[in-house]
Amino acid sequence: MRTVVIGGGPAGLYLAILLRKAGHAVTVLERNAPDATFGWGVVFSAGTLGALRDADVPTHQAITDSFARWSAVDIRFGGRLVRAGGNDFTAIARTRLLAILQERARDLGADLRFGVEVDTLPDADLVVAADGANSRFRDARRFGAAVRPEGGKYVWFGTDLPLDAFTFSFRETEHGLFQAHAYPFDEHRGTWIVECAEPVWRRAGLDGVTEAESIAFCERVFAEDLAGHALLSNRSRWLDFPRVSCKRWYDGNLVLIGDAAHTAHFSIGSGTKLAMEDAVALAAALERNGDLTAALAEYEGERQPVVERFQKAAGDSAAYFLRTARYTGYRPIQFAVNLLTRSGRVSHANLAARDPDLVRVADAAFAGAAPGAVVPPPVFTPLDLGAVRLPNRIVADASPGSAVDAVRAGAGLVAVAAAVSPEGRVCPETPVLDSPEPWTKLADAVHAAGGLLAVRLTHAGARGATRSPEWGADIPLPPDQAWPLVAASALPYGPFSAVPTELTDLDGLTARFVAAAGHAGDADVLELDLADGHLLAGFLSPLTNRRPETRAFPLAVLDAVRAAWAGPLIVRLCVDDLAPGGLTADDGVAVARQARERGADVVHVRAGHTVAESRPDYGPGHLTALSDRVRAEAGVRTLVGGYLTTADEANTVLAAGRADLCALSPRPTPLEELG
Amino acid sequence: MQVGIGLPTTVPGVTGTGLLDWARAADAGPFSTLGVLDRLRYDSVEPFAALSAAAAVTTRIGLATMIAIGPLRSPALLAKQAAAIDALAPGRLTLGLAVGARRDDYAAAGADHRTRGRALSTQLAYLRGEIAEFPVPRFGGPGVGLLVGGSSGAALARMARYGDGYAHGGGPPRAFASAAAKARAAWQDLGRPGSPWLWGQGYIALTDADRGRDYLRDYYAFTGPFAERIAAGALTTAREVRDFIRGYADAGCDELILFPSTADPAEAERLAEVVA
Repeated sequence: MRTVVIGGGPAGLYLAILLRKAGHAVTVLERNAPDATFGWGVVFSAGTLGALRDADVPTHQAITDSFARWSAVDIRFGGRLVRAGGNDFTAIARTRLLAILQERARDLGADLRFGVEVDTLPDADLVVAADGANSRFRDARRFGAAVRPEGGKYVWFGTDLPLDAFTFSFRETEHGLFQAHAYPFDEHRGTWIVECAEPVWRRAGLDGVTEAESIAFCERVFAEDLAGHALLSNRSRWLDFPRVSCKRWYDGNLVLIGDAAHTAHFSIGSGTKLAMEDAVALAAALERNGDLTAALAEYEGERQPVVERFQKAAGDSAAYFLRTARYTGYRPIQFAVNLLTRSGRVSHANLAARDPDLVRVADAAFAGAAPGAVVPPPVFTPLDLGAVRLPNRIVADASPGSAVDAVRAGAGLVAVAAAVSPEGRVCPETPVLDSPEPWTKLADAVHAAGGLLAVRLTHAGARGATRSPEWGADIPLPPDQAWPLVAASALPYGPFSAVPTELTDLDGLTARFVAAAGHAGDADVLELDLADGHLLAGFLSPLTNRRPETRAFPLAVLDAVRAAWAGPLIVRLCVDDLAPGGLTADDGVAVARQARERGADVVHVRAGHTVAESRPDYGPGHLTALSDRVRAEAGVRTLVGGYLTTADEANTVLAAGRADLCALSPRPTPLEELG
Repeated sequence: MQVGIGLPTTVPGVTGTGLLDWARAADAGPFSTLGVLDRLRYDSVEPFAALSAAAAVTTRIGLATMIAIGPLRSPALLAKQAAAIDALAPGRLTLGLAVGARRDDYAAAGADHRTRGRALSTQLAYLRGEIAEFPVPRFGGPGVGLLVGGSSGAALARMARYGDGYAHGGGPPRAFASAAAKARAAWQDLGRPGSPWLWGQGYIALTDADRGRDYLRDYYAFTGPFAERIAAGALTTAREVRDFIRGYADAGCDELILFPSTADPAEAERLAEVVA
């Protein structure tokens, strides 16, 4: 098979090597000279190296012989250095990598042509576009290609500072926060990428500077880290990172590999790795399939899901580095844990396996113990809410009948929902808070089991009078069993839901909440329900409240309940309607801030359900990012659920400062069934 | 996990007798369920008609739409069609519903494609809420099992609100595992107790891989190059089938329906040997 590869970067050259080994004729066309290159070093992971060894031993040998290796991640923040060990990083100078690949490709008989501009698609059995993120042959319509900027402004420098760790440095300036991503690629030099948010970049006047001015500025910002060493330029300009994604990776006999097909934000250092893995997969698919189309389909089918996962992680990482300014109030150790667990792929347990000392220091700081003291992990660290001490960080939703079981299963706090009036019930089984006796009894039972009781004051509003949740959610009761509904506006919740009456007696409702708070008996904590499309939440959102003058009514109820209840108060709050025209996370943060100012001790972060047809993004920990944001920006303690199923997930959320309390979901398969 | 088999209602060259023989063989085989697909603008047998015929010649096997494109039918008509299957084969129907992926089917049916999500919600609320003004079986819970498919957050919320479980659209076990976690997250978010019933599906081409793949390329031609991937994913050997079944079981699947890509009766026989 005659193959022409456009682009002599790592992906194109490596593919040429593998195709030559399979006996195909290969020509590589590269527009630059053999020794021209952009960027500095390239990072590899152990997993990639295994794939490279299997694909071609000599290049693997030459690459690993040239490697810089290290095991630490340094996080320089707030005048402190936190070092996390136990990792396994390797990197190589990009020029060295290209030289190795060029030599091997030539030895195998590939035809490498440099200084060649390709204007029209070459004639060959297979044409490979390996010409990078700005590929000329990735016709947008043919490949369903999309390119959009991701993350902040960044510039890619080298440095002659010898580094022995992957280094993240965060420096506050009068313009805002600057951060460096740096790593060694040989004994003498390293890559030094500087990044900042676009407004910071603009305020610092970096949009009009020369390269020399840009270097001088960055050397000043990172003077303490560089310790007299220089930043090195190689046509280093401030850029937006282009996120490239393609719906299709081949069309006819033209196939995309590497950056031409996809990019992943530099902060996860996976671009070259993914590109070379593409080459391995494409060569293997061609080997396995006689038919070219079948081979290209198999290549795309194998690589696309892998790349999408990396792009998701890279997107999350890019977003993290855009919002780091949010965490500058954190202690350095928590800042570091937050950074190290940013991708969601590294948990508290993973960190503890890599660097037990780091996690011991982090856990001791979390528990407020002496530095390095041996303490239980974050979920078992008590939390003081005023005079009430929660024995641990696990909160469980329960019915009165299951509350004691929830405590036995590990929850320090069980929350039981109760309606402030019979009309406020979700379903006939919802308890009503109309006298203190049952709640005092329940509190006694929960206390005897070693837990604390939270009572959630709720009124279902438009979501009331439904069948029990075993039967489904929002399934209206038959008319002869239903009760009349009230809501902020007369809008039915779902199909066939009853139309509620617009609630006019706001004072009456407030009095109901206050009276219910008085009936909470010996409960330890109150939770006020401003979430899930229930009555009070319905007032907050423009989607469900047509009377703008009553939008702040739930805060008045909060004031009244706060005045009537001296103990800890949790506000269960919908911080994002997840629906067009509804409250956004910005709005939610503002309400959370108001709740804090009005005496809420904790915000229980919820999202969606304001209207039935919303657009949630479900998955494990789907509310964690919102909790992180509310906690950091509204400055309030948070409780978050969102399908956290393991203690390790909760430890990670807590240790990273993304929430203060976690609602754990029961595992899908109870242990007794596994036995 | 239980394993079911698809009825080849969308496969070229299938005959009425062929479908009945297939259904009888499935009923006599090691399969829990007989599944059907739904497509309007294609040479295929309408799913409820096919299940009615299957009901008449079988005695025990479960009957399932995997899935039926709900909004192509009015809520009342859908309830009536499902009630017919339940009458012919009491207690054996599982009704899987989704919006489907084919705009052309909506145009052909005169149904609005833009509002398909809401239309499906209305349909599900109609079935689950016992709104019909004529006798129909109970849908959901102890009655006719109600599955909902789709991969968007809105679809998963709809599943958790109205369904007994989730009907996954197909793919490798890893894709199913990821979808299953999302379905469980949605279930918990809607306050449903326990966890959703999880159904998966895959394609087999055990007798003639090339013919099977040709059919899949044609059936999924509307997805463009993705059809090639679906064709490549067809299970063509006993070992691939066993690995797939194990992968789905490990991912927490409750019921896996394997659809044939040819109507050759030997296909069902081969699968029966693997599953038994």
